[in-house]
Amino acid sequence: MRMLTHNMLSSNIKGVTNGFPLRIEVEKVVEKQVEINHDFLRNIFPKIDWKAFFDASRVMGYAELPEEAPEPSVLESDLEFLRKFHHALLELHLEEGALVCPETGRKFPVNKGIPNMLLHEDEV
Amino acid sequence: MSSRIAQIRLVSSHPEVYEPCDDSFALVDALLADRKNLLEHKPTLCMEVGCGSGYVITSLMLMLGEEANGAQFIATDINHHAIRVTQETMEAHRVHAELINTDIASGLENRLAGLVDLLVVNPPYVPTPEDEVGREGIASAWAGGENGRSVIDRILLVALKLLSKRGWLYMVTLTANNPSQICRQMRKKGYDSRIIVQRSTEEESLHIIKFWKDFDIEVDAKDVVPNSNAAPAGVVDSVLSQFQRLSFWRSSDVNSSRSGK
Ligand SMILES: C[S@@+](CC[C@H](N)C(=O)[O-])C[C@H]1O[C@@H](n2cnc3c(N)ncnc32)[C@H](O)[C@@H]1O
Repeated sequence: MRMLTHNMLSSNIKGVTNGFPLRIEVEKVVEKQVEINHDFLRNIFPKIDWKAFFDASRVMGYAELPEEAPEPSVLESDLEFLRKFHHALLELHLEEGALVCPETGRKFPVNKGIPNMLLHEDEV
Repeated sequence: MSSRIAQIRLVSSHPEVYEPCDDSFALVDALLADRKNLLEHKPTLCMEVGCGSGYVITSLMLMLGEEANGAQFIATDINHHAIRVTQETMEAHRVHAELINTDIASGLENRLAGLVDLLVVNPPYVPTPEDEVGREGIASAWAGGENGRSVIDRILLVALKLLSKRGWLYMVTLTANNPSQICRQMRKKGYDSRIIVQRSTEEESLHIIKFWKDFDIEVDAKDVVPNSNAAPAGVVDSVLSQFQRLSFWRSSDVNSSRSGK
């Protein structure tokens, strides 16, 4: 699971009002290189919740991102920033671990890179 | 150069997972038929709900290919075997989509709302007793409840939430699902529709329908007069007439009512 996906997931348990972001418990991180695409990064940047993304990359062991979300203009000029953003967003995968609901503490397991968001009957 | 799709011999399988079938092929054919438009459309986030073997999402990624480098893909399935099989199918074709084991898009609906530019769905559409829907294993691949609409209708509600303003939805339906009624329902939400592919066999007739937001309709729906929810007559006619042209079901309706007594 990429940090892009983490940024798009919330706890879906019934009654939970503050289900985002899910806390990441890391057992295993893998890195997979993919080609950088500036258009994608520029299009997705405004949709990313920066604080959640920043915290998630830290937990995943990557500390190169700025804590404050940069101005969008940075994406036009700063190739070094684009490279870091790309790496943290798309190349770091949570392979094994869990996503934890911030409100209830319920754990959603992540096995072989796949989050299991299925709910038990009493959670729907 | 003709575009690539998934190779059947590289599609993984499992006894509990839906194998690529006529409906899967029809959906991929519809996407191929619309490939030029898709490339021009330049989707940023693409998604499949109910990816099964992974045949469709893999084909989509392959056919958009290098030119769709600006896109990322997400696929969900409620069946964890299907998610694994999709993962294997994608690895065999060297493509990547983010996979999530979930009910439709549960967990994604808040943050992904309004962000999906392309959504493809081959839902469980076979009419069955309601209590067969959503059971464990392979039955959930096809069991669609009353008129086969139980899961379809839930998926449509989620689609309305997830699709971006320029989002496109491609969905497989069966005649028994009453596709013209689905189109009318979607029209009330501001979506125009078109049949991209139509296939009939002895027992069933499949339609792959494309939905997209038509802003003229939306303006229309904002006029609070209840009845103005109905789309401009000309446009409705064009959608419905597409179905009329597929005369088999209209005429078979007529025939059966004539011969009925
Ligand atoms: C007709 S099969 C299509 C599989 C594949 N997309 C294809 O075209 O070959 C329907 C798929 O939807 C999945 N499914 C059924 N109900 C679902 C739900 N509520 N949420 C997510 N996936 C679901 C099934 O597990 C199955 O894999």
